[in-house]
Amino acid sequence: MVDENLPARIPIVWSWKRSGMENMMKKKKRAGFNSMRMLKKTWVCYLFILPMVLYVVLFSYLPMYGIQLAFKDYRVSDGIWGSAWVGLKHFKTFFESWQFKNMLWNTLSLSLYSLVAGFPMPIIFALILNYVTHTRLKKTAQMITYAPHFISTVVYCGMILIFLASDGIVNQFLMLLGMEPAGFLSKPENFRHIYVWSGVLQNIGWGSIMYISVLTSVGPELHEAATVDGATRFQRLLYIDLPSIVPTMVIMLIMRAGEIMDLGFEKAFLLQNSVNLDYSEIISTYVYKIGIQGGQFSYSAAIGLFNNVINLLLLVAVNRIARKVSDVSLW
Amino acid sequence: MNKWKRLDHRDRIFLCIVYGIVILLSLMILYPLWFVVIASISSPDLVASGQVLFLPKQITMEGYKYIFRDTRIWTGYYNTVRYTLAGTLIALFITVPAGYALSRTDMAGRGIVMKLLIVTKYFSGGLIPTYLVVKGLHLVNTPYVLMILGSFNVFNLILCRTFFVNTMPMELQEAAEIDGCSITQYFFRVVIPLSKAILAIMVLYYAVGHWNSFFNGLIYVTDNKLYPLQLILRDILITGQSVDPTTLDPESLELMRQIARTIKYGVIIVSSLPVLVLYPFVQKYFVKGVMIGSVKG
Repeated sequence: MVDENLPARIPIVWSWKRSGMENMMKKKKRAGFNSMRMLKKTWVCYLFILPMVLYVVLFSYLPMYGIQLAFKDYRVSDGIWGSAWVGLKHFKTFFESWQFKNMLWNTLSLSLYSLVAGFPMPIIFALILNYVTHTRLKKTAQMITYAPHFISTVVYCGMILIFLASDGIVNQFLMLLGMEPAGFLSKPENFRHIYVWSGVLQNIGWGSIMYISVLTSVGPELHEAATVDGATRFQRLLYIDLPSIVPTMVIMLIMRAGEIMDLGFEKAFLLQNSVNLDYSEIISTYVYKIGIQGGQFSYSAAIGLFNNVINLLLLVAVNRIARKVSDVSLW
Repeated sequence: MNKWKRLDHRDRIFLCIVYGIVILLSLMILYPLWFVVIASISSPDLVASGQVLFLPKQITMEGYKYIFRDTRIWTGYYNTVRYTLAGTLIALFITVPAGYALSRTDMAGRGIVMKLLIVTKYFSGGLIPTYLVVKGLHLVNTPYVLMILGSFNVFNLILCRTFFVNTMPMELQEAAEIDGCSITQYFFRVVIPLSKAILAIMVLYYAVGHWNSFFNGLIYVTDNKLYPLQLILRDILITGQSVDPTTLDPESLELMRQIARTIKYGVIIVSSLPVLVLYPFVQKYFVKGVMIGSVKG
């Protein structure tokens, strides 16, 4: 008698503990009927999203209208709409320019290198950290490895340049160990490695958070059963932990694939100098230079659009592959 | 210790490697930060000759003295503080109500709104068209552009929405409705007081974003007086203009060259101080944000 009454008497407390999914299902059933009455009640919701709509229309959708510049010769006096159409002229100029191949290669290679080096690291770190049972050490390691994520790109690049200078701390350690000091910054081909590995170090902790949270939700009974069967810790890592984070890995991989051409402008721009320009000029830094600094609006809009379209195609392609191969996809 | 003895030797090796990697990686990340601290207060000569490695030597505050005298840094600091404060407020005003409205299933058309938002994540007009819009709004070279831009982010909105969907029970809303509570009242009197966690996460994400933002300042502001801290930092750290040459006589210019690097270390500390001091206390909120976001990316 008492047991049956209990949940009914304290419905709010009881439902707090339920997952949101059940709430969603309930809501859905009610949403259908009498939309006029619904609107009368919920009109204020549209007021709630108004600031956001304004922001998105102004800074995301209005610029899309400006994409037509890529096919026009922009003149301030004529405005965006009034400028003359020139078809694919700017794209042709770009594809035929001598920098095109080099820039495209730099963008793609830097990005793929970052992906190949940077993607597995947080996963490995999460898997390893999962076996650190010393709570204090684990917490400290997490706190330290997340920290670089909050250092601004400018400061981070500044630190890279100071540390890797010919008399910087890295060389001083090399000399201390009896090795020859290396000219990290004077060799232009080093740009790529500096860019990628500094990025790996900056993101290894922050990128692992999601994997760590998935790993902690793996049922302990799996591990217990494996231990009883005589599995070593490394075997448990390989056959229990790794498979449990595969879906997360796939989702993260798809999202990263959509950003392949979207290489961080800031870091490349800040680490760029006249010595490493052949390796550090990527599409986004070029767009900035000829567009904002050089004032060739149409030409740089065309290059920006090219970049954007490639990005979108990559995202769609990878998503499709992932859906076929693993049943996990963004849409 | 007994536990250790009972372990299989393969497990022992494994654990050694695990602890070794974790400790080594932590030191690799911690050491550069520590080095910046000790180098900023040590004698520049000793730092340059490699004698300052683990502890500060011949402690001097020369570098900091120059930093405190450099008006550029303080202008940048003042600007960044006001951009961050105003920007974070604007961001909350845009994101939180919208996130709540879109979490309500009785709002017609929310699916379309969400789709239109996701589109902007993967396709944008690009730098130049955006620049022309900002210019058309007469926002170029005003402080407002740096407060407004960066004050909305689709990822943060989804985070907010997911939080509301998962934590606001339908029963609570129904009870409030029966008592004659309007949506606005419900939002301000019930939802907001129950959502301190997500508010903290939003404040932190947006505030750090504004504090560290460099790109928007570079593109939209050319007036020195409006420069945010990050642009000043770029001049000092990257381009190497540690000192404002107009404020010094030739004699001290020579002296300046010697301690230029000490100034760099000091500037890193001064500019990252607010984030570094707050970080250990608010870290859990940052992590919480990632966890909520991971439910539905």
